[in-house]
Amino acid sequence: MSTMIVPTERANVAPEPTTPWRPTRKNKSISSIVFLISVVLSAAIVLLTGLAGIDGFGLALFAVFMAATIVRSFRLNQKNRKDAFVGVLIASAAVLAFFPWMSILASVILKGVRGLQPNFLVENMQFTTPDDELNMGGAAHAIIGSMLMVSIAAAITLPLGILSGVYLTEIRGRLTFLVRFVVQSMSGVPSIVAGLFIYTTFVNYTDAFSGMAGALALAVLMLPTVARTAEEVLKLVPDDLRSASYALGARQWRTSLMVVLPTVRSGLMTAAILGVARVIGETAPLLLTSLSNNSFVFNPLGGPIGSLPTYVFGLLQIGTENSINRAWTGSLVLMIVVLILFTTARYIGGKDKR
Amino acid sequence: MSQTVQTSVTSVDGEQGEPKVVRGLEAKNIHAWFGKHHVLKDVSLRFPERTVTGLIGPSGCGKSTFIRLLNRMHEFIPGAAMAGQVLQDGHDIYSPEVDAAAIRLKVGMVFQKPNPFPAMNIRENVLSGIKLAHLKVADHDAIVESCLTRAGLWKEVKDRLTATGGSLSGGQQQRLCIARSLAVEPSVLLMDEPCSALDPGSTLRIEETIKELVEKIAVVIVTHNMQQAARVSDFCAFFLADGGPGYLVEADATKKLFTNPSDTRTADYVQGKFG
Amino acid sequence: MSISPSVQATPEARELSVIFNRADRIFRRIVTAGALTSLILLGLIGTFLFVRSAQIFNDRGLKFITGSNWTAGSGDGIIPDDFSIGPMLTGTILVSVIALVISMPLAIGGALFVEFYATPKVRKVLTTLLDLAAAIPSLIFGIWGVVFFSSYGERWSDLLNSRFGWLPFIKVQNEVFGRSPFVAGCVLASLITPIITSVSREVFSRTPRDLVDTCYALGGTRWGAIKTVVLPFGKSGVIGGAMLGLGRALGETVAVYLLLNIVFRYNFRILESEGGNIASLIALKFGEATEYELKALVAAGFVLFLLTLVVNMVAASIVERSTRRR
Repeated sequence: MSTMIVPTERANVAPEPTTPWRPTRKNKSISSIVFLISVVLSAAIVLLTGLAGIDGFGLALFAVFMAATIVRSFRLNQKNRKDAFVGVLIASAAVLAFFPWMSILASVILKGVRGLQPNFLVENMQFTTPDDELNMGGAAHAIIGSMLMVSIAAAITLPLGILSGVYLTEIRGRLTFLVRFVVQSMSGVPSIVAGLFIYTTFVNYTDAFSGMAGALALAVLMLPTVARTAEEVLKLVPDDLRSASYALGARQWRTSLMVVLPTVRSGLMTAAILGVARVIGETAPLLLTSLSNNSFVFNPLGGPIGSLPTYVFGLLQIGTENSINRAWTGSLVLMIVVLILFTTARYIGGKDKR
Repeated sequence: MSQTVQTSVTSVDGEQGEPKVVRGLEAKNIHAWFGKHHVLKDVSLRFPERTVTGLIGPSGCGKSTFIRLLNRMHEFIPGAAMAGQVLQDGHDIYSPEVDAAAIRLKVGMVFQKPNPFPAMNIRENVLSGIKLAHLKVADHDAIVESCLTRAGLWKEVKDRLTATGGSLSGGQQQRLCIARSLAVEPSVLLMDEPCSALDPGSTLRIEETIKELVEKIAVVIVTHNMQQAARVSDFCAFFLADGGPGYLVEADATKKLFTNPSDTRTADYVQGKFG
Repeated sequence: MSISPSVQATPEARELSVIFNRADRIFRRIVTAGALTSLILLGLIGTFLFVRSAQIFNDRGLKFITGSNWTAGSGDGIIPDDFSIGPMLTGTILVSVIALVISMPLAIGGALFVEFYATPKVRKVLTTLLDLAAAIPSLIFGIWGVVFFSSYGERWSDLLNSRFGWLPFIKVQNEVFGRSPFVAGCVLASLITPIITSVSREVFSRTPRDLVDTCYALGGTRWGAIKTVVLPFGKSGVIGGAMLGLGRALGETVAVYLLLNIVFRYNFRILESEGGNIASLIALKFGEATEYELKALVAAGFVLFLLTLVVNMVAASIVERSTRRR
């Protein structure tokens, strides 16, 4: 009777785990050398032929990689060759997709940091023309204006957004589908249309452009984001929690307010932060509601008010070297604010997932 | 059945310098890890041609991990590692110059939950393996008919080859998956609890199919159902894992394992004392 | 103790319902009212925009959409007001379509790369970068486009024109490149790619592991598995993402304003330096508009509102359907 176990010396010591399917050291170093050679080759092509610039270099690199892939996959069968080619294509698509964003972040940092001097953050443009040197004037008025309008918008949208979320998850009434659908559709309203709407209502009614109008326009844009995020975090609360509360005799309003909402406190903060990040860079609605201003304005109903986006936008239109530099610095400040909001949201959002 | 085995197993330790080519699949001193977690310890088994081997044992003993090592599917899990050799016709399938995809053509796999490709109809499903492997096949219709026949499904679907896989019952879907695996002409078919999601009627049909398949290929079937192992397999391997990595307790002809096992743990398991 | 079978007939079912007490009723009313604000708001936006511009539609009817002039009258009746958004409407669609066509292969390729080709650590970094890119304000895309990209856009337009200038939509009348639908479309493509890539990546990651494993088990390669299983599975999700991107592009103001000369002439030559979209038209003309012109701008905004609403509703239903199915 043949046995199934191949007679073998049973090793007493467990051998080391290996991963034979991974590329070997030799393979990896060959790949790195090929990569370096490709880069050098592409640079040479760029210098020697008419191809120029980053796009020329990228094209040369792509061609070299394709050629290298053809050579390396020569011995393989058709299926693996196709796989290799498609791999290069997909990687190239990814590079093409991500490159502009990296370029934007790099440009904003490199070009904006020059003007990031203390006066930028504390002075306004009341007594400086945009073409003056960078150590004069600043964007303090714009920063304050943005903060003011965004705070008002948040104060309006956060309660409404939370109520929407509570309706969709706790009450689940007959209008649930409609509310959810409308919230989703509203997130696509163009920002200029929101500005136009507030113009035809609030601005016309008060017969004035103001920070309040700007705040209302931003609120219209912020609401869908806050409502949707609020619903998502509330959905994560397990039903068992609500059942336990009901089983203890609590009514629905107590359950929602004192059991469910406190559990998602950080999630709701994330909703607010994401909403703010969404609207803080919006220019178009402000062009129709709060316009812009060169001095400090602290009263939301006190006429046109400055904001970071309109500050940058206005400077860009003037087009001199100094004004464009200021525009870059303004963009840098905007980007830093977005980054801070973004990181804070991630950090807080992570805490909920205990 | 034992006679078929003895004549098809050529000598392992070559005497007088004869070439030692062992036909079929052979695992030597296999270990497996997930990250630092040692899940399979020192398993050695041989799977001769035209036999059915059942892998039995309680859940969590590494049986599924083991068969995934046989067709190089284990490496898709992040953090996976192994040690030992798996020989296909004498060649280690883990040596660096081996094309893993080519191995998977020779060692096919059927999964626990029937999973025909939803975007394709029955005919396309059967041919999908050929398309994926870029195999040149002259007559597609002949392949479709022969694979579905071998899987025991031809009569039921020959008039509706353009229907989607989802229109079939669970048992039929699983037989479709078997037909799909057969299309690339494997010499070994691995089955990971293929009947656990099916009703007893479909299970019996699939067991009949296995008995027919084994006339040409080797089958390795992981099963929790001891009666199924007794019905369908020629050899059985019993795995255990007391808190640590899974290991092989005993492997022998099915009749012997179930009636007169050498190890008391095997005896306890087949009598239902645990598991 | 034996259980004797009941000889009585099954009793009538008593429907159970919840009756809320006063505090709960108030709570529910407040919450419902809060939730209804979005509905009300959407309705208000449509209503007010329409009401304020009704006169325009009354006066001009369909010619508002098909005509191609935008002239403010002289106020004394000698030169009549003549406002139409025809070229702006086609311009909106043209620029958005260009952006979508450029963006789709990049977004799908990017999503496939992140999900199936990148190592876990790289995947995490790229996903974070993707989320960050989606948060970059469009204004910054605009300033980058004007200062940094337009020289490249110019060069590519020149190349395209010299090689493919025989194609009707490529050839130009004025060889001044730099502020054309093509250049604006490129920057817009960069703007909408994050959304489409994120949605696509999300859908791809939800492909059943089983199906992907089967492809490998049958001897397929990575691309084989993607082509056979991942792409068919993710098709509707990707389309939903594309429509979301399209909606975003249709309503974009500043990026287009900065990169496209607003000219009131129907233009389908993508390298020609004229075009415009409705949103940038409103931004341009708003400052010095007459009373009647303002009404025309509001009417234009109303048309844009309807257009984006339809696109976004379709996108929302596609995305919702593809996520619900799993």
